[in-house]
Amino acid sequence: MIDVLLGAFSLAFVAQALRITVPYLLAALGGTLTERSGIVDLALEGKLLWGAFAAAVVTHETGSPAAGIAAAALAGGAVAAVQALWSVRLGADQVVTGIALNMAAFALTRFLLQVLYGQGANSPPIEDVGTDVWTSPLLWLAIILAVAVAVVVGRTRFGLRLRAVGERPEAVAAAGVSIARVRWIAVVAGGALAGLGGAQLSLPVGGFVAEASGGRGYVALAVVIMGAWRPVPVALMCLGFGAAEALQARMQGAGTGLPPELVRLFPYVLTLVLLAVVGGRGRAPSALGRRD
Amino acid sequence: MSPAAVRRELEAALIAILVALAAGSLLMIVAGVSPLDGWRTMAVRTFGNAYGLGQVIYRMTPLVLTGLAVAVPLRAGLFNIGGEGQMVAAALVCAVVAAAIPAGTPAVIAVPLGLAAAAAAGAGVGAATGALRAYRGAHEVIAAIMLNAIIAGVALWLGNTWLFTGESTSSAAVVAGARLPSLGITGSGASASIAVAVVAAAGCAWLFGRTVTGFRWRMVGAGPDAARASGLDVARAQVSAMAVAGAMAGLAGAHFVLADEHAYQDGLGRGQGFLGVAVALLAGGRPAALVASAFVFGALAQGGLEVLELVPKEIVDVLQAIVVMVAAVTLGRRPR
Repeated sequence: MIDVLLGAFSLAFVAQALRITVPYLLAALGGTLTERSGIVDLALEGKLLWGAFAAAVVTHETGSPAAGIAAAALAGGAVAAVQALWSVRLGADQVVTGIALNMAAFALTRFLLQVLYGQGANSPPIEDVGTDVWTSPLLWLAIILAVAVAVVVGRTRFGLRLRAVGERPEAVAAAGVSIARVRWIAVVAGGALAGLGGAQLSLPVGGFVAEASGGRGYVALAVVIMGAWRPVPVALMCLGFGAAEALQARMQGAGTGLPPELVRLFPYVLTLVLLAVVGGRGRAPSALGRRD
Repeated sequence: MSPAAVRRELEAALIAILVALAAGSLLMIVAGVSPLDGWRTMAVRTFGNAYGLGQVIYRMTPLVLTGLAVAVPLRAGLFNIGGEGQMVAAALVCAVVAAAIPAGTPAVIAVPLGLAAAAAAGAGVGAATGALRAYRGAHEVIAAIMLNAIIAGVALWLGNTWLFTGESTSSAAVVAGARLPSLGITGSGASASIAVAVVAAAGCAWLFGRTVTGFRWRMVGAGPDAARASGLDVARAQVSAMAVAGAMAGLAGAHFVLADEHAYQDGLGRGQGFLGVAVALLAGGRPAALVASAFVFGALAQGGLEVLELVPKEIVDVLQAIVVMVAAVTLGRRPR
């Protein structure tokens, strides 16, 4: 036990924690942008899944991981564009839209695997990209983007408008700024971030496996809520999740005698407990989820 | 309900079905099948014989129940995506109870006991989810998704550790008296549990239309602040809606145990909880319409299997998602 805990200070452990953090971080940053504009982001799960799918398929077809990473961002942005069309343009119920987009992602990625490769469980293998997390472009992209989101939301004119659109859209409209435009930009950019996060779920593990997102999108949204919709606390919390999960993996590897079926549930239990303890504390953007 | 309101809801459902048909046709083209051929083959094989029809009844049975599990909280303004976990927890409890009672227990005792055990277990999970939302401010969708994953893992652990017999992933069989009998439609899976489902739908319609509880749900759904201002206990109404929803999903679990597998099995009913979302939304959350909506999805599920060699079966899952996409736009729209 002590050995396992001491192991937490090794470089290998930090690398493992960061590898787990990347998809959470990018998805949660994307969710922060989207929700700050007043749009509920339950579609994070679907964006991660499409990102993972697009990264693996495009890398396999072109042989270029860079193209795969770009495709992941595009795929996430495309899902977000549909979400924006529904939520911003058509005034759809945002919770239902998110659930539907996730259902569509699960079904369509399987359908496309079936059509493209004749089987619905996984993509053909690709060469691992970024298995060594220190040289992984996705890690460095994630860190740069985390700083960028914090700066854009907190210190720029667009960030000011974004926050205002999420809190008091009427006031923004009265000031002559298009609510729809700000929301479209936030939602699509947020989707691209989440899509990038998806790439981390397929590129370092040699391909796409159906349902690779495994609930991470929902965990990421919970982190957005627990981090009170502020980029820096959200990012730190993602790091905490990554570290906690890496520690869990270590303890499992060291053989603690706990049943594996239960150890695997750790991130979900942690999310649920945190949601119950601090979930309702932060103040949500006032216009979040409002249909107008 | 006024005739205009009925027409509006029918229009919404029709739009959803037409969009799904169009999308399905497109997917068939992508898969290299002529849509005309695809749909015709699906219809002929599903409705052209008694077995196919029996299978549609069999497949719609759990969908009526998981659909109700979504429709009830929707009334109170909550979204229940936890039908999956509620169903699994209930199926496990139901199987343990129905296998533990004396072998000679008559059906009049064994069946209600099994159903009650399932409904209670499902209601417990549902109420817990509702309480997390009502008293702790946790988002009910995230809480439910986490609970789905946790329940699936715990059920697998309980199964592996205590319940699964030998090398199987199946628990001990329930006693003979607890089994819901087959309807005997030429070897199809249709069973007496369709009656359970229809009675449950009627029960929910009664709750909605004729009880104070139903009225409270609607008040809360229409606007929690206004409901609170008029002295209504909003949290209690939310928890009770989620508890009833859990009981409905629990009955779906009982269907799989008492009518289908006669035991708890790993992976039992997987996906039916999520499918309930599409069923409930196509029906606009109305219990009577929900039976028809479950029939549509039951037919689609069976039809998808019938044309497996032509089109990937995932097409059915895509169509569900599309129905939900359309419902997201039409749901809750009121003319000014």
